[in-house]
Amino acid sequence: MNAIPAELLRIIIGLVAVAVSVGLIGLVMVWVERKVAGHIQRRPGPFEVGPSGVLQPLCDALKLVGKQLFMPNGADPILFWLAPVLSFLPVLLLFLPLPVGDGIQTLDVNLGLLLILAFSGLAVLSVLLAGWASNNKYGLLGAARGVAQAVAYEIPLLLSVLAVAFVSGSLDLAQVVKLQGTWPWNWNIMTQPLAFLIYIVSALGETNRAPFDLPEAESELTAGFHTEYSGMGFGLFFLAEYANMVVVCSVATALFLGGWHGPVLPGPVWFVLKVSALMLLMVFARWTYPRVRFDQLLVINWKWLLPLAVANLLLTAFFVKLAQFA
Amino acid sequence: MAAQSLLAQKPDVITADPILNIGPAKQIVDLCRSMSLWPMTFGLACCAIEMMAVGMARWDIARFGAEVFRPSPRQSDIMIVAGTVTKKMAPAVIRLYEQMPAPRWVIAMGNCAISGGPFKFKGQYGIIEGVDNLIPVDVFVPGCPPRPEGLLEGLFKLQEKISGKRFWPNPPVNGPFEEGK
Repeated sequence: MNAIPAELLRIIIGLVAVAVSVGLIGLVMVWVERKVAGHIQRRPGPFEVGPSGVLQPLCDALKLVGKQLFMPNGADPILFWLAPVLSFLPVLLLFLPLPVGDGIQTLDVNLGLLLILAFSGLAVLSVLLAGWASNNKYGLLGAARGVAQAVAYEIPLLLSVLAVAFVSGSLDLAQVVKLQGTWPWNWNIMTQPLAFLIYIVSALGETNRAPFDLPEAESELTAGFHTEYSGMGFGLFFLAEYANMVVVCSVATALFLGGWHGPVLPGPVWFVLKVSALMLLMVFARWTYPRVRFDQLLVINWKWLLPLAVANLLLTAFFVKLAQFA
Repeated sequence: MAAQSLLAQKPDVITADPILNIGPAKQIVDLCRSMSLWPMTFGLACCAIEMMAVGMARWDIARFGAEVFRPSPRQSDIMIVAGTVTKKMAPAVIRLYEQMPAPRWVIAMGNCAISGGPFKFKGQYGIIEGVDNLIPVDVFVPGCPPRPEGLLEGLFKLQEKISGKRFWPNPPVNGPFEEGK
């Protein structure tokens, strides 16, 4: 009898672990987000449902499941329901090449970074489909904004990632992490601080997080591209947003913050700690800064992030070449 | 008028979902629903100011999980009618109510939304005398405007109505206004 190939087993276990952890992360992040929002505004936030309100996201999730699913008149039935699924499913794929610890990686491919960047582009498609299919002017406007924003912010994001890839000479995330050392001064953030800054700002734009949450700006567009989604349709968009945050923060950790490297504690613990710190940073940014206008959003990108990213890339390439001759 | 057709239609008929009507499942889902009532971002007059105060630091409706003011009616569970419903506004109120998906509740906040309040007099031509003429109301919160504690109490009443149990302690009946002492 043939044994199950080890690689298949590894991928199945990895997929299950990813699916479970994405759900858990979604629940925890909803709670963290609301708690942080509360404390920033000098109020306790969710407090009474379970100790310190920890059961609050569970209640929200069950309520969303129990809510009537609704499709507006004139909407495209296939595309309308495809959009939330399409926003959520590729995110699961993005978790596969992430190196959580030394050798702890679901899918060991040497183009892991490329896989993540390629499939994270699908998120835009789901935003576009959701806005288009729901036959709603606010939805369509939100979708148009989402696409313009994603196209704009993808470029500096890629350029900043490319700078790190030049330094490491690899697109394999595990390889990039291996080249960094234990201590903070051995991490890529010391050689590429500008790229890190550009990456974080464009990541906020890519994941539609405030201050760049224009596709769903509720003061102008009701709820933007997910205006017409009720119940779990909306829940999936919500979950996908948090899962995207985790992916973006994990890639930042692997590229710039030394991945699983760190003194004393075991590798995966360091990885989780760094990712959580970056996620908290994103949550703080959301509740600290007001939303930018759309023209400001594009000005930040085309006039600042993009030229800076190009200059950074050129300088990096120059010094990499210099180091080869030296 | 749209109001008559709406009154004839019972919201519970829409809620009837075979899986959710099994005893324990229904209880659990009802409990969750009562603990996460997301209101609609929707204010008609001065009562809305008190509604905003409920969301702020001093009263903080977030403690009970109801601070997620959703901009879209599709994602909200309760409609807090906070203020005078004028005849010009009435079609919009009905439309917003109709846009909310099935398990939905309405709180009529303040005397205007309950009965017309100070604007009700013989021969008035501008307002609807009570929002329950338009849409089914679950909880009435009296006051002109009600204090934020009043709206919180209304929320507790609604939670009691949904889950069949009151979770938070009752307020003192003739208690002193404690902050002054």
